[in-house]
Amino acid sequence: MQQEVVLAMLAKEPSHGYELQARLGRALGPLAEGINEGQVYVTLTRLEKGGFVARVDTPTERPDRKVYRLTPAGQERVTEWMSDVSWPRPDLTEFHMKLVAAAQASLADPISIVDAQRRELLRRLRDATSAAMQEQEGSGSALLLEGIVLRLQADLRWLEACETSWTDRSKDR
Amino acid sequence: MTTEEPITGPQQALVRARGLRKEYGRDEGLVRAVDGIDLDIGRGETVAVMGPSGCGKSTLLHLIGGLDRPSGGELWLDDRRIDGLGERALARLRRREIGFIFQAFHLMDELTARENVELPALLAGRSPRDARMRAISLLGEVGLADRSNHLPSALSGGQRQRVAIARALVNEPTVVLADEPTGNLDSIATYEVLRLLARLRASGLTIVIVTHDERVAATTDRLISMRDGTFVDETRLLGGTRGKLAGFIGLDR
Repeated sequence: MQQEVVLAMLAKEPSHGYELQARLGRALGPLAEGINEGQVYVTLTRLEKGGFVARVDTPTERPDRKVYRLTPAGQERVTEWMSDVSWPRPDLTEFHMKLVAAAQASLADPISIVDAQRRELLRRLRDATSAAMQEQEGSGSALLLEGIVLRLQADLRWLEACETSWTDRSKDR
Repeated sequence: MTTEEPITGPQQALVRARGLRKEYGRDEGLVRAVDGIDLDIGRGETVAVMGPSGCGKSTLLHLIGGLDRPSGGELWLDDRRIDGLGERALARLRRREIGFIFQAFHLMDELTARENVELPALLAGRSPRDARMRAISLLGEVGLADRSNHLPSALSGGQRQRVAIARALVNEPTVVLADEPTGNLDSIATYEVLRLLARLRASGLTIVIVTHDERVAATTDRLISMRDGTFVDETRLLGGTRGKLAGFIGLDR
């Protein structure tokens, strides 16, 4: 679990891990099933060690009901995160190099590598599209699923371009 | 090509093509739009055909649907050979056996949603009362019961396509053929149509879809890739991935 996500969820008001977990579940819908129950608590403990969150004294000693609040350092980190424009990189270089190496060293047929990859992505797209079809229109998780669907579509179109290019190259040989 | 066995043999195939060809023009200008295709589509199967513009996928759909006649090869629908049928027999086949769904909906602008759905039923010889009952029931099934008296111009793109789907089903077709059914639709309307197609699949209908939309293709049983009039790849998509959805975005790490 990314620390900033947990920090940002605490920005609204002090809260305990159980509540954060529930809010995360509502925001992610069917995607929340991938989150390990313990991850939020582990992250909170790490954040506490780092001085980004602090315990609020409460009568209960149940570990999942320990209430945390942001410290000034945590607040600052959330503000930085909000204005940060870094973006997850789709690692296309690795796949591209796989095709180049396959062709150069005759390790495998690049076109069959592309085909296998395409099938895998189509199966993922099938899962993501099915999940999106079951979502209520306009729900937060539908929007997230739509993002996943669009990225998979973009990747599939790139694979199509790979296939066309490598088919042409094999004809020229 | 996949190494898996076909799920249906020729006997069970609802649509069967052998060496199917369609050519346009002649001599220098000869275009082999469909260039010797073998195809078996099982009863209840949903198949998507993808490929670049001009690869012959729409022509293939038109041949299966009797909108066009092949230049050569054999074509069966429901164990009946249809490649040699005359114009009248083809028109009859289109009315009774095939449900068409088009990218541009092809609804009659001056008819209401209900009348649009009724029309092919009337043309196929059903009584006005029967046609009307069927239209009302189908519009209910596609979630447009309250729009049945609207003209197409008063409906959204997604609603128009749902009317077109109801119309395609009115004569209980043997097979439904869809040519870019989501090509003119935004994302929300695309999901509406996908949900509807999923229900048709679940009811056991046989559907062939020509599409550019990977989302549509990914929700079928089998994906055929076409190029230059021939099939270059076939992928069975049943089952989806074994991994969890959340794994795609790294949430499970």
